[in-house]
Amino acid sequence: MAEQKTVAATGNTVVAEAMRQCKPDVVAAYPITPQTTIVEEYAGFVAKGRVHTEYVTVESEHSAMSACIGASAAGARVMTATASQGLALMWEELHIASGMRLPIVMANANRALSAPINIHCDHGDAMGARDAGWIMYFAESAQEAYDNTIMALKVAEDPSVLLPAMSCLDGFITTHSIDRVDVLDDESVAGFVGEYEPANALLDTDDPVSHGAFAGLGGPFFEFKRAQREAMEAARPVITSVGEAYSQLSGRPFDVIETFGMEDAEVAAVVIGSASGNARHIARQLRAQGVKAGVVKVRVFRPFPYAELAEALRGVKAVAVLDRAESFGAEGGPLFLEVRSALYDASDRIPVVSYIYGLGGSDVRLELMERMFADLSDIAAGSAQPGKLVYLGAR
Amino acid sequence: MATLKELTHREDRLAGGHRLCAGCGASIAVRQVLLGAGVEPVVVGCATGCLEVSTTIYPYSSWKTPFIHNAFENAAATVSGVESAFKALQRAGKIPADKKMKFVAFGGDGGTYDIGLQSLSGAMERGHDMVYVCYDNGAYMNTGIQRSSATPKGAWATTAQVGAAQQGKLQGRKDLTQIMAAHNIPYVAQASISHWKDLTTKAEKAFAVEGPAFLNVFAPCPRGWRLAYNKSVEISKIAVQTGFWPLYEVEDGVWRQTVKVHNRKPIEEFLKPQGRFKHLFKPENADLLAEIQSDVDRAWEQLQKRFETA
Repeated sequence: MAEQKTVAATGNTVVAEAMRQCKPDVVAAYPITPQTTIVEEYAGFVAKGRVHTEYVTVESEHSAMSACIGASAAGARVMTATASQGLALMWEELHIASGMRLPIVMANANRALSAPINIHCDHGDAMGARDAGWIMYFAESAQEAYDNTIMALKVAEDPSVLLPAMSCLDGFITTHSIDRVDVLDDESVAGFVGEYEPANALLDTDDPVSHGAFAGLGGPFFEFKRAQREAMEAARPVITSVGEAYSQLSGRPFDVIETFGMEDAEVAAVVIGSASGNARHIARQLRAQGVKAGVVKVRVFRPFPYAELAEALRGVKAVAVLDRAESFGAEGGPLFLEVRSALYDASDRIPVVSYIYGLGGSDVRLELMERMFADLSDIAAGSAQPGKLVYLGAR
Repeated sequence: MATLKELTHREDRLAGGHRLCAGCGASIAVRQVLLGAGVEPVVVGCATGCLEVSTTIYPYSSWKTPFIHNAFENAAATVSGVESAFKALQRAGKIPADKKMKFVAFGGDGGTYDIGLQSLSGAMERGHDMVYVCYDNGAYMNTGIQRSSATPKGAWATTAQVGAAQQGKLQGRKDLTQIMAAHNIPYVAQASISHWKDLTTKAEKAFAVEGPAFLNVFAPCPRGWRLAYNKSVEISKIAVQTGFWPLYEVEDGVWRQTVKVHNRKPIEEFLKPQGRFKHLFKPENADLLAEIQSDVDRAWEQLQKRFETA
């Protein structure tokens, strides 16, 4: 295990620290609440001469990702950060980054999308980008945000992967709350992530290459997309092996999902991000009362851990999927759709209920978690039928 | 400045055999600009458009130099990222400290005047060591001759049509070159493919400055202008002679006319050969024609004052 320093810091502070320790050549970023303190902290590293990074203070998020793409194609290690409307403005470029197979790592401070305008936490921004071809990590805590950011870089740059990766943390709840975090020493992180060896660097003038060619008119667009799918599948074992190596370095366990009480759970909640603790807290209380409650936290959303979810939920009598994002017109939130798909091949037909919660920073109170588990117990006992989607806690 | 003989010995970085139309002004502009880049390696960025589509049909590439295309509105931001990577990698010792490299972005008027203006403005303001070249053919030609903010007043375009209620584009052009000059960058110039020496000299200056430079190059589209494919250079020359496209530069804030025009020809000489303006010559459009002449006159006189006060 490496030397570690325990600090009291916000999620954004330790994400900026992780970025500094990964030694990116280029950071191109644009400020947006609640991501701002990441780019401010990084500007501080630049001003103090603590990094060699070329810090590009672009005029929009679209240009942020555009510059990141140029820099990454050039052969640089590239990192950035955004949130909400910024991620939405980047949407076109998110697809180009993954289509050009550029291992850019971006922190996303999860925040609701307008309208109405709102600056608080939900996952609607990241979920709106879930088909953009990025690897997606979600953090429950500042510690996970720090750890995920470092692991994401190592996975993204793996020659068998070469995909961009997002490290998501909950706006304000995680980005701005002071948390206890164990931070690795600089040398350990540098050694862990290693040097980036670009395959087809634009700046290699001895062997000029063209990036971003036209693949229409019967060209191999379709085959390029299949190659992207194969890369995303190739990321699965890399995420696991990088997680194992990181666990050895940090002493902190990692898995694409994290389970609580699932060895004998009859009712279970599946959740992403900072609300996981609330769910676990209530599950723990219920277990003390003899209710076999469990929680599955999803830490990697893309590639989605279908097999792991199906295995974790085997034998459960009722499942609640908690979505901090909408998918209007669908039967549930984005996580619900994935979880139900993961369970399709299960031998038992497990009732799954979609709970939408916490949109735009709406409070995730403990009694809401109690109510959700009570619903599940009724369904598991056969005294209630699984209903349609629930807006948990909406007035 | 290089002589014609010297220029003929420089390597052409855009190979022949690309799929641009015969008479296309864009490839002429690119070749003349890149001749001005000298012998150091050049990285080319390109906005989505005719130039990009016709030179990089996978698995082929016409570019004998590193090339990147990202999207339509962000050639400037993309190349600013490439240039930043170069600086950082040099700082990190991964690229030799004495290695020199040039960075250039090409975009059409749609990708520059309109959808890419913010990206261009940002890149210029940040001071990246790069040249941005707009090849201005006055419409969205790649998507089929739709009007842009560079389309001249009165021109027909597929989104500014001619009929009983409308005589082509109603509005005048945006003056992008002056907008770029207002960024107070080291070098801004307006050039034309018809004046190769003027253009390659401006390109040499643009590449030589440390920091951002902008070139606005008049580059006809015979297809979109409804003009014979062998008239591109000739119509460009007339654009200069009528004062429609003045050739000048702004070097460290000093405005200088690089090609003098003593007896400006009437604007009709520029409009008449082009099918996109043919409705202007109907008797009922005489007032519009007079208005176009007066617009050119006014812009010309305003520009002369810039030179006088320089």
